[in-house]
Amino acid sequence: MLFTEAVPHNHALALRLEEVGATDATVVMPYADVLVGNPETGVVAGGAVTTLIDAASGTAVMAALDAFAAIVTLDLRIDYLRPARPGLPLTARAECYKVTRLVAFVRALVHQGDPAMPVASSQGTFMRVED
Amino acid sequence: MSTPSLPLADLVRQVRQSREYPRLTDAIPYTRFMGIGVENLAGEMLCRMRYAPHLIGNSLLPALHGGTLGALLESSAIFELLLKTDTERVPKVISTTVDFLRSGKAQDTFARAFITRQGRRVANVRVEAWQDDRTRPIASSHALFLLSEP
Repeated sequence: MLFTEAVPHNHALALRLEEVGATDATVVMPYADVLVGNPETGVVAGGAVTTLIDAASGTAVMAALDAFAAIVTLDLRIDYLRPARPGLPLTARAECYKVTRLVAFVRALVHQGDPAMPVASSQGTFMRVED
Repeated sequence: MSTPSLPLADLVRQVRQSREYPRLTDAIPYTRFMGIGVENLAGEMLCRMRYAPHLIGNSLLPALHGGTLGALLESSAIFELLLKTDTERVPKVISTTVDFLRSGKAQDTFARAFITRQGRRVANVRVEAWQDDRTRPIASSHALFLLSEP
């Protein structure tokens, strides 16, 4: 679904769907030189983290919906809790904790191996669109 | 990891004077990868994300990936801070909120950042992104940045 060639930008960032549950999804973004936002530190750009979180959150929403539906991101708020370490993959685990008829609410945490030490946390809302 | 030939602070200082923006945007691997550049258009400093097939999120529509709009908004804020303030390091994002207003078409996207507050340590920046019609933005954000090392 979300991680096939149908999503070229996920493919360009080599995003890998690791796990999908009933209402959650885990997506991994490998470290890559092209993702570096600060050439002096080698730290990955926030924009790439935004893409990772959007992909994981959207997949969690798809998992939580009872039938396939097209969805769009309405908004995404991200807090950067600690600096990401260069050279390591980033893992986003998103949970869709509430679905209404039209809107779904998602939280996500991004970590680099230890979920208890998140580098970013997010809260997003998605909407089901008629097609 | 690619290392710029010049320390970034020196490069930023030179580009503030010379306005040779590609020297700065090319020194940052991610903005080079995303095709995000700074341009002076009609006396206004704007960011442009040049359309490329790898930016697409939905191939059927086709539409830009929401994450690419987040990337453009954030890069635009960072370049505004680097070029319009005295900060010498790449500002660190503390938090960001992105509103996705319309889907992005498979074409170039523009963004303009406004520094709404600049303190000693923290800056607040608001950014809007649009494609054909500036009065109909496709995404907007407000973000907080840390300007100096603690």
